[in-house]
Amino acid sequence: MSEKIWVNAEVSDGKIAEVTFELLSKANELAEALGDGTEVEVTLLGDGLESEAGRLLEWGAKTVLLADDPALKMYSPLTYAPLLTSWATARKPVIWLFAATAVGATLGPAVAGRLKTGMAAHCVDLLLDDRKKLKALVPSFGGKVIGEILCPGHLPQMASVKPGIFVKKAPLKKHTDGKIEKEDLTQWRQKLDQSGLEPVRIERRPPKGLPLNEAEVVVCGGFGVGTDKNWKLLEELAESLGGATACTRPPVDEGWTGEYCMVGTSGQSIRPKVYLGFGISGATHHICGMNEAGVVVSVNRDEDAPIFQVSDYRVVADLNVILPLLVEAIKTKSS
Amino acid sequence: MPYNSVVCVKPVPDPKHYDRVTIDPVKKTITREGIPTVVGPADKCAIEAALQLRERFGGTVAVLSMAPLNAEEILREVLAMGADEAYLLSDRAFGGADTLATSYTLFQGIRKIEAAGNFRFDFIFCGNESADGATAQVSSQLGEWLGCPHLWNVSAFEAKDDEGSFSLKTKLENGFMEWKGRPPLVLGIARDLNKPRFISVMGIMKAKKKPLTIWGRGDLNEAEDTYLGLSGSPTQAGEIFTPDMKRSGELLSGTPEEIVGRLVTILRANGVVLKA
Ligand SMILES: Cc1cc2nc3c(=O)[nH]c(=O)nc-3n(C[C@H](O)[C@H](O)[C@H](O)COP(=O)(O)OP(=O)(O)OC[C@H]3O[C@@H](n4cnc5c(N)ncnc54)[C@H](O)[C@@H]3O)c2cc1C
Repeated sequence: MSEKIWVNAEVSDGKIAEVTFELLSKANELAEALGDGTEVEVTLLGDGLESEAGRLLEWGAKTVLLADDPALKMYSPLTYAPLLTSWATARKPVIWLFAATAVGATLGPAVAGRLKTGMAAHCVDLLLDDRKKLKALVPSFGGKVIGEILCPGHLPQMASVKPGIFVKKAPLKKHTDGKIEKEDLTQWRQKLDQSGLEPVRIERRPPKGLPLNEAEVVVCGGFGVGTDKNWKLLEELAESLGGATACTRPPVDEGWTGEYCMVGTSGQSIRPKVYLGFGISGATHHICGMNEAGVVVSVNRDEDAPIFQVSDYRVVADLNVILPLLVEAIKTKSS
Repeated sequence: MPYNSVVCVKPVPDPKHYDRVTIDPVKKTITREGIPTVVGPADKCAIEAALQLRERFGGTVAVLSMAPLNAEEILREVLAMGADEAYLLSDRAFGGADTLATSYTLFQGIRKIEAAGNFRFDFIFCGNESADGATAQVSSQLGEWLGCPHLWNVSAFEAKDDEGSFSLKTKLENGFMEWKGRPPLVLGIARDLNKPRFISVMGIMKAKKKPLTIWGRGDLNEAEDTYLGLSGSPTQAGEIFTPDMKRSGELLSGTPEEIVGRLVTILRANGVVLKA
């Protein structure tokens, strides 16, 4: 019998989130490595998702297990976790990947808890060991150390991965016989008791400008940027370069910008062509979110700042001098 | 209506010094020499949330930790912040626990406190994630063991009415989700929920007299060995290594104008289209 690798789809605003396709790409790769006709299946929960489910078949899923119901419109641990658990108990996947997003990072471990199996959190890579068991690479100490996590005696072997870690790749071979299996939820709906915790509503605040994961140039600011006024200048630079602004933790704490653009262990992982950093010391927490950038340029007045060790180009200078000059230079060069 | 809370805390090496963490090349273990142990930053916000709840409605705040015996000092610090009592689960049998085994041990600790006092906790607060391992999985799994609803990434939390219902917010990518809940609830607290209070001298004095109970394997008589410690952990650790992220680091020198000129060249050379 062929084995199954599962991906739990992440849904945002009624659409499949990009991270799902990133996970699918990795799942396809792992299926190839496992061989013997290993199939990739996607678990998908939500409301009004039938047409979205079809897209998953295009990206290498053989089967989409779909629970589509108004009661599932918003995530709740009281509805999502038991449904997913019952599917896994019945169909026994060997590997199950979740997005390490706001929902996935709590739903995944909840399901793992119900199944009494292991889950590796926030993986930076997923491999198979010589016994074809999952070997997950996970960062700890803010990314300073990477450890291997194995789950030798339990199934499914579960793992969560942040958006931006894996690259979305078209599958080597597309299934022509992929199918969507829709769950009948009649019985389940009657048993549902959400009185202890009810989801009320979702409010999205779309970030301004280009999304970080789509930007080829990222201008990142740290605590050294110093003022709101400088921050505006930074945003101006990003815009004139056709890129996006990113930040470390302190600018969020200072209120110069929002958490939506924070890069690092508790923020996003990015891989732009060019990363231009200003006033960033280079704490491990931040570096592990940006070290996949193509070219790293750093401006810091402290020549010993750890960020310089992970930079291709070092500018040891006061950003109060460099930043305005650079903004000016770009303006004149492009006009 | 008074609420009884328990706050799960983890003593961690101070995250400010993580660039000093190294790996012993021979023993393949993590060396964290000279790095002080502190209460995790998110755990402090969890304690603050529990203290504010007690200030508003009355009730008690207990802290619970699974850690080596030397964590006593950290628990005194939490008591000095204002918690009423502390429990430390410490035993070799608990060592090497992954998130599932950790949450199970904490669950057993919680049930034991409840049994001793003949009550049930209303709120179980956890920091969103620990600073060291940062799996952020323990609060959700603790909720599952306890069989009560759990939320993670909680960034707002307030009483909605006097009938015991609460309005909560959890952070999402680019937004938030609003919830209505009633205890018992397990909440993973995000760092933006509050600013944890400082410890006063008064607090330190009082903390010395507060009860701190240490329990070992033998005290958790309801616990099953299959879920405890290293052998009760479905995940096992393999090799560890330090990722090599070093880059060449060419120094751009000259006058500020020259440097900026070089920067523009570098941007262009790497395919950046300059548009104002
Ligand atoms: C659990 C946990 C999770 C975390 N997660 C993240 C995360 O995801 N992302 C993240 O970024 N951080 C995270 N942090 C915080 C992280 O540890 C660091 O505190 C943070 O990255 C430091 O940001 P910074 O480099 O901007 O500031 P600082 O460390 O304060 O550095 C500022 C730098 O600016 C330079 N500077 C100052 N003025 C000037 C000037 N005029 N010109 C040039 N240079 C100047 C200084 O020399 C200094 O190097 C986390 C922390 C914890 C505890």
